[in-house]
Amino acid sequence: MAELIAKSACDGLLPLSIGSVTVTEEVPEHLTGLAPFKGQAEALSAAMQATHGAAFPAPNRATGKAGSRAVWFGREMALLVGPAPDATLARHAALTDQSDAWAVARVEGDKAEDVLARLVPLDLRPEVFKRGHAARTQLQHLTVSINRLNDGAFQIMAFRSMAATLVHDLKTAMEAVAARG
Amino acid sequence: MRIAGQGRLGDAKSVSFRFDGRQYQGLEGDTLASALLANDIQMMGRSFKYHRPRGALTAGSEEPNALVTIKAGDAREPNMRATVQEIYEGLEAVSQNRFPSLGLDLLSVNDLAAPFFGAGFYYKTFMWPKSFWEKVYEPMIRRAAGLGALSDSADADLYEKAYAFCDLLVIGAGPAGLMAALTAARAGADVILADEDAVMGGRLLAEVEDIDGQPGHDWAAGVVAELEAMENVRLMTRSSVVGAYDQGTYAVLEKVGHHKARRRDVPLECFWRIVAKQAVLAAGAIERPVAFRNNDRPGIMTAGAVRAYLNRWGVAPGKCMTVFANNDDAHRTARDLVQAGVHVAALIDSRHDGPTSDLFPVIRGAQVCNASGRKRLESITLRTAGGEEKIQTDCLAMSGGWNPSVHLTCHQNGRPVWRDDIAGFVPLPGAVTGLHVAGACNGAFSTANCLREGMEAAKTALDALGRKPRSFDLPTAEDGTYRISPLWAVPGKGRAWLDFQNDVTVKDVKQAAVENFRSVEHMKRYTTQGMATDQGKNSNVAALAVLADVTGRGISETGTTTFRPPYSPVAIAAMGAGGAEKGFAPERFTTSHRASVERGAPMIEAGLWYRPSYFPKPGETTWRQSCDREVNMVRQSVGICDVSTLGKIDIQGPDADKLLDFAYTNMFSTLKVGKVRYGLMLREDGYVMDDGTTARMGENHFVMTTTTAAAGQVMQHLEFITQVLRPEWDVRFTSVTEQWAQFAVAGPQSRDLLNGLLDEPIDGESWPFMSCGAVTLMGVQGRLFRISFSGEHAYELAVPARYGDALFRELVARAEALGGGPYGMEALNVLRIEKGLITHSEIHGRTTAFDIGMQGMVSKKKHCLGKPMSEREGLMEADRERMVGLKPIGPVQEIVAGAHLFTKGDPAERVYDQGYVTSVGFSPTLGHMIGLGFLKNGPERMGEQIRLVDHLRGIDAVCEVVDPVFFDVDGGRVRG
Repeated sequence: MAELIAKSACDGLLPLSIGSVTVTEEVPEHLTGLAPFKGQAEALSAAMQATHGAAFPAPNRATGKAGSRAVWFGREMALLVGPAPDATLARHAALTDQSDAWAVARVEGDKAEDVLARLVPLDLRPEVFKRGHAARTQLQHLTVSINRLNDGAFQIMAFRSMAATLVHDLKTAMEAVAARG
Repeated sequence: MRIAGQGRLGDAKSVSFRFDGRQYQGLEGDTLASALLANDIQMMGRSFKYHRPRGALTAGSEEPNALVTIKAGDAREPNMRATVQEIYEGLEAVSQNRFPSLGLDLLSVNDLAAPFFGAGFYYKTFMWPKSFWEKVYEPMIRRAAGLGALSDSADADLYEKAYAFCDLLVIGAGPAGLMAALTAARAGADVILADEDAVMGGRLLAEVEDIDGQPGHDWAAGVVAELEAMENVRLMTRSSVVGAYDQGTYAVLEKVGHHKARRRDVPLECFWRIVAKQAVLAAGAIERPVAFRNNDRPGIMTAGAVRAYLNRWGVAPGKCMTVFANNDDAHRTARDLVQAGVHVAALIDSRHDGPTSDLFPVIRGAQVCNASGRKRLESITLRTAGGEEKIQTDCLAMSGGWNPSVHLTCHQNGRPVWRDDIAGFVPLPGAVTGLHVAGACNGAFSTANCLREGMEAAKTALDALGRKPRSFDLPTAEDGTYRISPLWAVPGKGRAWLDFQNDVTVKDVKQAAVENFRSVEHMKRYTTQGMATDQGKNSNVAALAVLADVTGRGISETGTTTFRPPYSPVAIAAMGAGGAEKGFAPERFTTSHRASVERGAPMIEAGLWYRPSYFPKPGETTWRQSCDREVNMVRQSVGICDVSTLGKIDIQGPDADKLLDFAYTNMFSTLKVGKVRYGLMLREDGYVMDDGTTARMGENHFVMTTTTAAAGQVMQHLEFITQVLRPEWDVRFTSVTEQWAQFAVAGPQSRDLLNGLLDEPIDGESWPFMSCGAVTLMGVQGRLFRISFSGEHAYELAVPARYGDALFRELVARAEALGGGPYGMEALNVLRIEKGLITHSEIHGRTTAFDIGMQGMVSKKKHCLGKPMSEREGLMEADRERMVGLKPIGPVQEIVAGAHLFTKGDPAERVYDQGYVTSVGFSPTLGHMIGLGFLKNGPERMGEQIRLVDHLRGIDAVCEVVDPVFFDVDGGRVRG
């Protein structure tokens, strides 16, 4: 029987490199929404730490390391990025598979901050938005999650259906920044 | 005229540009005004109302007269200030508000008719007849009075907007601003220094004076170089801070491309929102003219502007200069001119005790009371105790004193404070939280005071930031006192101009007072003083001083009008940057988008989503042909439709069923695992909010679907319930709309199709109507729901979105092999209308469960959100407009959504209205049009003939009122 071919969210849209800024698609193995049940936040965090090496993140923070990170994702919610969630986590939290729901882009380069300054109303200066910081915010009209990765690059997540707009908006800002020289 | 050896442009390159079609040469670093003056062009524009010849009054952004249009076609920009616009090779500028040319303007006859055109003229004259205002007078006045014109084509230039953050924003890079920036930067604060000019230095660029033993402009350049080298400093030139908003947010317009030849990839302007923990305002001051008869003649400019043209750009605006002032500061103008070798015929000081000079003749206790020369100043008339006398001059430098630029401190309703000693308004301390004021805008007019205040303001800001300043000595600088004796208007006959840009004279202001427009706000509106693009920067204080005088009040008591953003003009395009074309709204694409477009499907917008309207086949020339075929296909074989746009919410937790029972009108706690139920949701006010199906995937796990349009609203509704109304419930939910690609497989052959695809085949027993569960297909984990929006035996199959494209293609190929294929929104709509199924056309926000015939779904056994309000008297009365089906029975077979219903025999008028039509379509199954609508007493009027009228489209048809379910009333097909 034929096989269903998988396509990533930014298929045909990325990579993109303009001036000194590059945007590439990241395709984490799994994305899982973690929403602790009543009174389970601490137990969940301990289980996460034990199984994935990433505690439940405080608001606007991410924990863990490349390949296994937990990113704050809203009110009492985190997104586990990388590993398939350990079955024990389900005792403490609602687990929701979001592996296909988000387009994940990596933005890096000398002028990455200048590009994002045209799209994101947050203070993303490196001394303010540090490695391991995470935010749910807007990028032009999109609601996104932005994280500063451990290597200094930005990881931006937007709804999969809006991947084309995410790339369009990034490209517009990258071109304007590059044209200024 | 350019003076060799003068000015600070150095060895600037020669630049050629055009003004009114003629080519001129200027120097790099020139503004259009300085370059025109260097070419001995004084007249640069015509005035707004009287079309009087005008030249540059100033050398800065406050310029009221020298407005030009630059570039052409869709790049055309009107009302650019020649005093700000830098020249570049190939710049094309034309003058405005004249016909046929600047030199010969036919509308200058307005000037001769001036006695009729004073304040309030329009209000009094164009009153009668009433209908003439809109049709005759207003268009006529608009043509005669106006400045530049727009190009009438869409703006093709690129604009951007951006955000920035800092510890300290310093506004203005004169001596005070530079000192503030330097103090804060050396202390390690993150500093943004913004200045509207292309070069930083402020008045230091225009003056001859020393700081720390070196020329002021060299000192400024040194400080700028030091700041530029620091990592914690961002210098923004050509950047006007135009507004002060809450919580340290400032709007800043950066001109990025105005000073260069047009490039479409470089933004013309960038609109910044800068959030600063602290700010220092060092905006300087603006010199004000003195009102006297004909003080608007080209060649009469402010004394400070003359110094700027001479000292910065090396241009003398005249050969035989005169100066007229009421303060010591203007004496510098005469001094600098003489030292540059320009002839100064006289300095006229209105005071008896002004300083004297051995460099130039000083006439004290005299006033200039008239000027002559129409297109260029030829002479002025002096009035002394001894009488009047004329002096030949081609340029008069005048100064009525300086107005501190208090504007930004007033953007949050602060009113400035009057100071008699400087005859000017200064900011109210603390008017804007976190904004400290320093230098000339604070009334400190000596350079030494500017430097000192700049440093102090920065120290105050550093203290608030919790940083320690590094101590260093203030540079030494000129520390003279500013002596002034107020002189607003020289008495006499004729018109003495206050507001050059809106042609408002002393007489106009007096007339306003006579007619009892005594409040400064009323005077402003009656005379239009201060209402042009310069927003009265040059005229406000003098105008209110004249008003104070006529009304016998003090200036302080009279007060100012309200200062509002923006400080200087901002293009709407800059504020709306990024919002054109695809930047207007995000586009949401389904995983089947590409395959649908490849099949030629026209895409329609559903909210932000794009969905296929229909899938045309060769030979089909209208959408109706495609739609009819697709409907028949679903009724006879099998059709495929992407339904991923519906909202999907994953709900988990021990109290999940409680949440559903509370959110839906009907019961969900009784739903068995593996089953799906249709539910109806009410808003708090009792009206229907949304509908959809919810599947129970596990004991504590549900998947709710919403309509495409209300996905966000339902999510918000659930958040409201769980955060506000029932916070004690242990339930969590999250949107999975994006996670799953979901396709309807509908039609008698749907199961056959699926069984070719699923790893384990299904049958009627394992998957009866309204069942659900996990399936695998081609090795992929998916979900299958046996639900139907078409009335056919149908399923919805969901897979992780990465497989959406592949699955859609596979499903369509298999459907086609069975004589079916994909169907779009048009067919989907017809199919559901045939079954009387509702969409947001019916649940449009003003209908109740009762109205749509679903009162039975509001469970009597339990409470739900919105239920108490839905039981209000009047929401369940029989004569409400209630849902019915409509079928045309007369000669007119067309029925349209939006049409209104009338009882047969009644006139088709509003008062007889019986209801309206919400959804229509041509049913190929039934062979005629069908519709859904709302009719008073609807369900009791089955079989009645009703008149359907659409006044807009001119349709008048007779319909029969029928049951909303047109097809397969007993639902046999769906159970299949």
